[in-house]
Amino acid sequence: MIALSGISRTFQVGDQAVHALAGVDLTVPDGQYLSIMGPSGSGKSTLLNILGCLDRPTSGSYALDGREVARLDETELSAIRRHKIGFVFQFFHLVPRLTATENIELPMLFAGVEPEERKTRIGRALQSVGLAARAAHRPDQLSGGERQRVAIARAMVMEPRILLADEPTGNLDSHSGGEIVELIEELNRGGITLIVVTHDPSVGGRAARRVRLADGKVVSDEGNGGPGARGGGERSGPEGREDGGRDGAS
Amino acid sequence: MSAWDLFRYTLGALRGHRLRTWLSVTGVAIGVASVIMLTSLGEGARLYVTGEFSSLGSNLLIVIPGKTETVGATPLISTAPHDLTVDDAEALVRQVPEIRRTAPIAFGTASAQVGDRSREITVFGTTNDMMEIRGLAMGTGRFLPEGERDAPVCVLGAKVQRELFGNRNPLGQMVRLGDARFRVIGVTAPKGTSVGVDLDEVVNIPVDAALRLFNRTGLFRVIAEVGTHADIEGARKRAITVLAQRHGEEDVTILTQDAVLSTFRKILGILTAALAGIAAVSLSVAGVGIMNVMLVSVSERTREIGLLKALGGTNGQILRVFLVEAALISTGGGLLGLAVGVGAGQIAQQIFPDFPVQPPVWAVVAALGVSIAVGLLFGGIPARNAARLDPVEALMRKRA
Repeated sequence: MIALSGISRTFQVGDQAVHALAGVDLTVPDGQYLSIMGPSGSGKSTLLNILGCLDRPTSGSYALDGREVARLDETELSAIRRHKIGFVFQFFHLVPRLTATENIELPMLFAGVEPEERKTRIGRALQSVGLAARAAHRPDQLSGGERQRVAIARAMVMEPRILLADEPTGNLDSHSGGEIVELIEELNRGGITLIVVTHDPSVGGRAARRVRLADGKVVSDEGNGGPGARGGGERSGPEGREDGGRDGAS
Repeated sequence: MSAWDLFRYTLGALRGHRLRTWLSVTGVAIGVASVIMLTSLGEGARLYVTGEFSSLGSNLLIVIPGKTETVGATPLISTAPHDLTVDDAEALVRQVPEIRRTAPIAFGTASAQVGDRSREITVFGTTNDMMEIRGLAMGTGRFLPEGERDAPVCVLGAKVQRELFGNRNPLGQMVRLGDARFRVIGVTAPKGTSVGVDLDEVVNIPVDAALRLFNRTGLFRVIAEVGTHADIEGARKRAITVLAQRHGEEDVTILTQDAVLSTFRKILGILTAALAGIAAVSLSVAGVGIMNVMLVSVSERTREIGLLKALGGTNGQILRVFLVEAALISTGGGLLGLAVGVGAGQIAQQIFPDFPVQPPVWAVVAALGVSIAVGLLFGGIPARNAARLDPVEALMRKRA
């Protein structure tokens, strides 16, 4: 469960203050499929970074599973990114010298997952994105679509509750783009909260809930409470809190 | 992040830019190797000098005619008002209980002749006790006869025997030294150089015969052997008193091995430290090299660092990734340098077998320790830069 209220983010550019976000209120129940659209400069990437705990709002409140995260320190934010959030980027962000397997292993290294467990999870993740045969390939030996599949497998390997996708099809042809969208929608049907940032209406329009941003404000919010909003709120709520407790201790 | 994962990940990163890695590893290796090699030479010089002196026997007193305050160098020209005599040497054995035996030495050069072969040769005039004191072994025959100070006999060094007699048996043959003739009664076993004198190239004759040969009344010096090393200082004091009584004044200098040795040790110790200091400069240069490589590595991998943060890597974990990377470079360089330094020492040892080339333990430990410390120190700033990167900016950075 994501609850944003009055989120603002101001950047200082020279002696000018740029308001990338100016008072965003947004509540996303668990398991929702949400797209954030808007022209460039509308603040959608900034919003995604704040949702992903990569950036902190200048003001406002961000409660993730009931816990206020806007004021957490770096280490606590890292723990949230590690356990609760998976990222998929436009430019894939695979480490070029590492194989598909090793790229998928990365988040588990930081989380200290045991090697045996890692192997099992990598196998499962590769299977679920249909790349079991490409496990030992490096990114430069993979097609764009395959790279994004590896990135998705990496995002999912820690079994996060939220998947954040920033223009996931922006660097792909329409065919592989379509496959990627289907893949992450499949994950959403499995219960994960899916938030896609895009300026491509054919991608964003597929989401059950469609939020439009302009000038750092929400200008429209369609489909909230619709069929895509069905969710595993009951299932993931307590689990999420349990995760949070572990993070705090580690 | 477990230590093994950390190691594997950073090793992968180092492999990613092989040439750069090897260059900085080489930088550290040169620094460490030069520390090892230079200190090996210094330590070798110390061991060499120490070895030379102890081959003389470590519980010896050397009595030199003439009063001097010098400890390091022995005065070669005697200006003593009284000669040092064989009687003095015998008195020392009688009157100083710590002294077990003494050997007088008269020293000079003479031309030695056998048949038509002749050469200039170093002649030691001494007594039978010399053999025990200097630890001489006989190759054949026997040493100078006991109690006879003027018999016309001689004992040849191994090399002298070869040069004057070739393969012939020298025993019983006559050798002409200056105007006198001496019968060969023995040949010493090869012993080599001791404190600048090649013992294989001398001829030993009875002391009184030598004094007459060189037309002298006083000895070159007297060597006294003390029972145990602990008694050296007491024996020295008592010997000075005994000789002062006999001569009516204190006109001899008595050196102990320790005094000479400790002076040499001090000088060579300072030399070694100075060499190590010079070599340490190259280690710190290597440190700057590591820093440079790490700064490049961090700026080149900004996007990767952003990604690692997005994947949940903490600042501490990212700091460690880059610190370990720097430490691997410096440790690798340290080990390589150690191998090269020791290897070069071994080769030098093959070329100069007499000179002990051996890196001192402290230098090995310090060179490795310092190289690792240099890596952590100079890798620290780039690693901290990496850990402090803002993940959003880092992820958006264009490909380098």
